[in-house]
Amino acid sequence: MALVLNEEQVMLRDAAAGFLAEKATISHLRDLRDSGDEHGFDPEVWREMTEMGWAGIAIPEAFGGLGYGYTGLGLVLEQAGRNLSASPLQSSVLVAATVIGELGSASQKEALLPAIAAGETLVSLALQEAPHHAPLQCAMSASKEGDHFILSGTKLLVMDAPAADAFIVLARTAGAPGDDDGLSAFLLQAETEGLSVAPGKMVDSRAYGTLTLTDVKVAEDQLLGDIGQASKGLGHALDIINIGLASELLGLSAEAFERTAEYLKERKQFGRVIGSFQGLAHRAAELFAELELARSIVLQALQKIDEGDPDLALYASAAKAKLCEVAQRATNEAIQMHGGIGMTDEYEIGFFIKRARVVQHLFGDYNYHLDRFACQSGF
Amino acid sequence: MSNLEQFRQEVSAWLEQNCPESMRMPMSSFEDIFPGGRNPEMSNPDQKVWCDRMAERGWTVPHWPKEYGGGGLQKAEINILREEMSRIGARPALTSFGISMLGPALLEFGNEEQKREHLPRIVRGDVRWCQGYSEPNAGSDLASLATAAEDKGDHYLINGQKIWTSYADKCDWIFCLVRTDNSGSKHEGISFMLFDMDQPGVTARPIKLISGSSPFCETFFDNAVADKRNLVGEAGKGWTIAKYLLTHEREMISGFGSAPKIAVADMALESIGADASGRLANSVLRQNIAQYQLDTMVFGATMARVGDEAKAAGGLGPASSIFKYYGTELNKRRNELNLAVLGESALGWEGEAYSEGRVSRDWLRSKGNSIEGGTSEVQLNIIAKRVLGLPDA
Ligand SMILES: Cc1cc2nc3c(=O)[nH]c(=O)nc-3n(C[C@H](O)[C@H](O)[C@H](O)COP(=O)(O)OP(=O)(O)OC[C@H]3O[C@@H](n4cnc5c(N)ncnc54)[C@H](O)[C@@H]3O)c2cc1C
Repeated sequence: MALVLNEEQVMLRDAAAGFLAEKATISHLRDLRDSGDEHGFDPEVWREMTEMGWAGIAIPEAFGGLGYGYTGLGLVLEQAGRNLSASPLQSSVLVAATVIGELGSASQKEALLPAIAAGETLVSLALQEAPHHAPLQCAMSASKEGDHFILSGTKLLVMDAPAADAFIVLARTAGAPGDDDGLSAFLLQAETEGLSVAPGKMVDSRAYGTLTLTDVKVAEDQLLGDIGQASKGLGHALDIINIGLASELLGLSAEAFERTAEYLKERKQFGRVIGSFQGLAHRAAELFAELELARSIVLQALQKIDEGDPDLALYASAAKAKLCEVAQRATNEAIQMHGGIGMTDEYEIGFFIKRARVVQHLFGDYNYHLDRFACQSGF
Repeated sequence: MSNLEQFRQEVSAWLEQNCPESMRMPMSSFEDIFPGGRNPEMSNPDQKVWCDRMAERGWTVPHWPKEYGGGGLQKAEINILREEMSRIGARPALTSFGISMLGPALLEFGNEEQKREHLPRIVRGDVRWCQGYSEPNAGSDLASLATAAEDKGDHYLINGQKIWTSYADKCDWIFCLVRTDNSGSKHEGISFMLFDMDQPGVTARPIKLISGSSPFCETFFDNAVADKRNLVGEAGKGWTIAKYLLTHEREMISGFGSAPKIAVADMALESIGADASGRLANSVLRQNIAQYQLDTMVFGATMARVGDEAKAAGGLGPASSIFKYYGTELNKRRNELNLAVLGESALGWEGEAYSEGRVSRDWLRSKGNSIEGGTSEVQLNIIAKRVLGLPDA
């Protein structure tokens, strides 16, 4: 496939850019943060986004979506990254709907995906149990008792947990942490008995939560897919998810860089604009080159999802690792090149570094994915 | 069957019949690259046979128009030709500065007579060209060049000195930047001229590189003659042409950043081995290699994304600086990794045990990648100024 966007994709990107730059900007994020809003996003804006079909971009038409594929969703996520738009586009659409698409049976998909696409249901993934991403280390137990399972344990960093209607909870029906086999996924409604959500905010002002499960009784039909066989589908979903997050990182890095480049042309010291100092100009030029490269690997990886490439794991870890590296550099340089004003809460540039670090760490950071890239490359 | 499929079958059959067996072997040294010229240097006489056959179809330069000897092929056809050649391991038939640098400039700025005279000879590999840009006092600051060309009616008389002129001692003609006017700013008064190197007023003296070979020269002009027909563009307006040509040179040099045939990681696994989990045994080296291979993959995706689009639009323009900068820095990283992976054996210089210093010589030569065609610092200046719009000091 040519590494260029088609007409439909260009229209989608432009529509997303226009809408988000008006309705879901950094200034909206700041207002949400300062108001102490528990959900961390504006439900009215989310409703408008779902009316435009964005929640169903990558969901097949058969399940109530638009069927534009992940390249389309990636373009919207990139724009969300530029504007630091807060919404469940990541938690419910990129993450949960993808996991359901990979693991769910046909009837489960029919029950869940149209509701997610319409924005009627917010689902979030409860996977992580320790501060580092390591999906196979999942230890939460799901023991079979008669015709149901009993789940107990804690899940960390569950995105948009305070607003979620349901959770996909990963637990072990067999095997030990580290094993491929024995991992199962369950769908739990938020109001399930024995399940509690401790709300919290991360440094990016978005809502996350800690889930505590105490002897939660789960019926057999709440299993997503086959018992003990979740790891393969989850792995593929995580590849897709990480490519989507790389798109978001691309958008926020590009925006942070462009704002910085503008500042280099405005700010004067020693009687000249600071962009004329070669010490800054060269760093800006290097960063620009890195961003051009980052854009290529993100687009390539998105297209690999839609082509069904068997080597997706390689592209996913390449895209995530590269974008973690570039986002880190772009957001650090953004603050440094702004000087003192870059350190102030009032100025917007500091918002980028906060969101960047959280997205970098979600589902595996640079170190995780560079190691995985090497493993996927056979060394 | 579509036209393209039919074209593929024709190409495949033609290559099968016409590509000599020896030209399907991987190249083992620099001498296996065929540059053409009046007295071509060859490691194997098949090089000339192969070049002649390809040139007859215009396929040595498949994207140039047929009227100037090129293949007149469309992008999709060129891709097919490339794919079919690589399928049988066919070497490029002809590699030259004429193809990668002078040709694009003549197509853009040459007059009809110049195109008809010079382009077909480039396609056939009859004439080998060198580049007379740099001077002892005009390197990065190329526009301060001083080699003088005096108007003598139907010709110019050229006096001065060039330096770092690659293959000047082996080339037939030179495309040369000369000063025809001293009165204006340094960018004005520069002219782009072509002349024969085989004349009494031209002397080329090879200079030895740290890598041991002597590919470039000091080139002296002492009343050298350039026919006025061979002034490209207007007198005094050569700087625009010079810069345009450089974008093509940079695009060519950035190709050094492509992924090597044998992955560095595979070499490392062989020489260092893996641990029980299959990871390369040295974790620090493994990280360095992973970073390099990641960047190489991403660079390849960028060549595909930007390169193909831009080629269709007649070149990359200032974006070529991004590729030149990144590709050459990548190639230097790869060569450093070669040393790290192969250890002391990579530092041999002579003797069969060290393949006559192939690794160390390539490593040393790679240091020039970020100097030739404009240094890395100059590329960053161009990106900052022309792409980002940052002001001058
Ligand atoms: C292998 C090789 C082959 C070559 N082949 C040819 C050829 O065929 N024809 C030809 O004409 N030339 C050729 N060159 C010459 C090449 O183009 C010049 O060497 C190059 O442009 C640098 O010029 P210089 O050597 O004078 O270095 P200088 O310009 O003196 O540079 C010295 C250092 O100063 C830095 N510097 C200079 N100006 C600036 C600035 N404004 N900002 C920041 N840093 C700066 C440079 O980046 C460099 O690090 C070749 C060079 C090499 C190495």
